[in-house]
Amino acid sequence: MALVLTEEQRLLQDTAKDFLANNAPVAALRKLRDEKDPLGYSPDLWQQMAEMGWASIILPEAYGGLEFGFLGLGVVLEESGRTLAASPLFASAVVGASAILLGGSEEQKQALLPAIAGGELTLALALEESNHHRPTQISTTATAQGDSFVLNGSKCFVLDGHSAEQLIVVARTSGGDRDSSGLTLLLVERDTAGVSCQRTILMDSRNAADITFDNVTVPAANVIGQVDRGWEVLEPVLDRGRVAIAAEMMGVALEAFERTTAYLKEREQFGQLIGSFQALQHRQAHIQSEVELCRSVLLQALSTVDDAPQELPLLASLAKAKLNELAKRVTNEAVQMHGGIGVTDELDIGFFLKRARVAMQVFGDTGYHKDRYATLCGY
Amino acid sequence: MEDLENFRLEVREWLQANCPESQRQPMKREDQYWGGRRGKFPSEDAKLWFERMRDKGWTTPEWPKQYGGGGLSPQQGRILKEEMQRINARTPVYGIGIWMLGPAVLEYGNEEQKQKHIRAIVNGETRWAQGYSEPGAGSDLASLQCRAEDKGDHFLVNGSKIWTTAADKCDWIFCLVRTDPNAKKQEGISFLLIDMDEPGVSTSPIPLISGESEFCQTFFDNVKVPKENLVGELNKGWSVAKALLVHERKLMAEMGSDSPRKVLVPNAAAREYLEFENGKIADARLRSDLVDYDMQMQAVALTHFRTFEEKAAGVRSAAGMVMKYVGTEAEKTKSELLLAIMGSRGLGWEGDEFTAQEIDTARLWAMSKAMTIAGGSSEIQLNLIAKNVLELPQS
Ligand SMILES: Cc1cc2nc3c(=O)[nH]c(=O)nc-3n(C[C@H](O)[C@H](O)[C@H](O)COP(=O)(O)OP(=O)(O)OC[C@H]3O[C@@H](n4cnc5c(N)ncnc54)[C@H](O)[C@@H]3O)c2cc1C
Repeated sequence: MALVLTEEQRLLQDTAKDFLANNAPVAALRKLRDEKDPLGYSPDLWQQMAEMGWASIILPEAYGGLEFGFLGLGVVLEESGRTLAASPLFASAVVGASAILLGGSEEQKQALLPAIAGGELTLALALEESNHHRPTQISTTATAQGDSFVLNGSKCFVLDGHSAEQLIVVARTSGGDRDSSGLTLLLVERDTAGVSCQRTILMDSRNAADITFDNVTVPAANVIGQVDRGWEVLEPVLDRGRVAIAAEMMGVALEAFERTTAYLKEREQFGQLIGSFQALQHRQAHIQSEVELCRSVLLQALSTVDDAPQELPLLASLAKAKLNELAKRVTNEAVQMHGGIGVTDELDIGFFLKRARVAMQVFGDTGYHKDRYATLCGY
Repeated sequence: MEDLENFRLEVREWLQANCPESQRQPMKREDQYWGGRRGKFPSEDAKLWFERMRDKGWTTPEWPKQYGGGGLSPQQGRILKEEMQRINARTPVYGIGIWMLGPAVLEYGNEEQKQKHIRAIVNGETRWAQGYSEPGAGSDLASLQCRAEDKGDHFLVNGSKIWTTAADKCDWIFCLVRTDPNAKKQEGISFLLIDMDEPGVSTSPIPLISGESEFCQTFFDNVKVPKENLVGELNKGWSVAKALLVHERKLMAEMGSDSPRKVLVPNAAAREYLEFENGKIADARLRSDLVDYDMQMQAVALTHFRTFEEKAAGVRSAAGMVMKYVGTEAEKTKSELLLAIMGSRGLGWEGDEFTAQEIDTARLWAMSKAMTIAGGSSEIQLNLIAKNVLELPQS
């Protein structure tokens, strides 16, 4: 287990920090929002990221990957959280790529992974069907018909759903409403007949969509993993996604926290810097202590992905729950400690607040992960 | 790496051969050995175990060999600790000398002081008390008033210290004393070692809410202290004091994870005292409190580990600065949670109607309240984080 970054990982972090500050500052997201950009991210930026290897950090060299592991991915995601960079990094290069990597046949891996690594192909996971993360509560059906499956149902909160070329759809092929068995993962081209996709505008100005499947025919060759046994792939994919989004949230939280601390050293009231008020000092100092705990949890969770996958469920839930709480607290305090200017659109703090709320819902909110952690601990 | 693995095997073998079976059992408070002139071994095995560890220098594994220590590297020290934990080996001797004074003397003391005091601590011959706090100087420690006047060949000490843990059982006390009443408060303080057998030193125990009498007020009435007992320079005791506090806070931060006694943990208590339905704790609020606690403790444990790895790798971070605060607050949360889980069974104070463990838990709950006060309160820790980590302006 590694709780200290290696020289190589620190270098990657510095590179990411520089690149994002120059090419994807918060102002870039603001511009995408204000201009109602139809894609919701800059394809040029994504191409540059891919050229730096970010789309392939976690992929083995055999598939054109950088093979840098999750700790490497973590530093890049954290930095992208600091600038709120919009890109398919999470949905495609982490979640999509992990699904293919963990569940795909050799043929699928050969066909898809190098394209993902090069940034030419983007994927999205079409999972959620209700307003809360319930990954086994799937009623979208895939019915076998000859050499194909026919898909029917609807999905919501599909991250990058409107921009990805291919969707990984979680469908029920057998079993009851809430069973984890009987699920199947299918790869579906987004422009297949019968797929309709509606982009949803969320508070964080990033990208999500509602998607319906109306008698969509999918070749059986597009099944990822085994029919009825999709959960065996989906659960570890979700856990990787949870750890990855937790890394992004660390960046979101740290940036909001540091901007607030800087403001406390600059704003004067009652003839003194507001940072000299103990009421504010103690709240920031408490957050610092939570930041330190979250840092250890995050590093452990990231290294668990590569070093001890059998412990991943516990660590992923720990990391997601802890980072959810941190991001919520930090962003709320950031707004409060900025006073009136904190609730203006002009100040970037609001962007961090809103991104935190969306990220908190991705792949399980705090309650979901506490319940799961308790269950894994046997109570 | 390979050397460390070999070291681990050697340690394992040695412990297997040398740690008596009785010294691998959960210990009660009475089983702890604190050394010193008045120290009594709870059993022959405890004595044997102590002597074997002492002879290896492993009562203070990481101290230099030349003063009787084990001379181990931090990594080796950790391995020894892990291997001891693996077989539940008891800590052979406890003491403020080991935890706090020794590291400070090794850093600031002169050669004679090291020869005399470090050896005595390693050998368990002296038990030390900490004379920092005074009735008028707690969080604002630097305002202390206990005076030491320069009388040529000795200092003459007058004043009193309070909350001195176990002072009535100790042989020596290290004291912060005022040697220059006219200087700025931090600049007129010196660090003195005082033999408690000297005429004029007396102690009076103070009972605590836990029912124990852990600490005392300690009085100094014209006590003569030889000049050679000054650690560091005259009027520069504040630096020694602060360095020692770092060791104290580190110790307190780890107390929970490193408890000398076999104590009840909330997860186990839940199984014993709560109803389950379909494999889950039926009381949803307690279940949620328990998971909050377990998550926090896992985060704290990982952070302890991170601070260790950072130290080994020579990386600096703020993690060490927050551990006293998070560690002691977590202990307090744990005690409250245990009481909530045990309900009225957690209220027993004495007598046979309750198990020893239940009574112990209630008393530890009372004791846990002290941990966020002693060694710099939680509020003071937050002040320090605000000042030293966040560098916020001071009013
Ligand atoms: C179990 C135990 C063992 C101890 N053992 C020893 C020992 O062996 N030797 C020894 O020398 N001392 C010992 N102490 C004393 C301990 O160091 C002091 O109790 C501690 O420093 C607090 O000082 P005080 O009790 O005077 O409280 P005060 O300083 O009077 O504090 C009262 C309250 O005010 C708060 N407060 C004070 N200043 C500030 C500030 N600037 N900002 C915000 N809040 C503030 C505190 O946090 C606390 O809540 C022990 C204490 C305990 C509880």
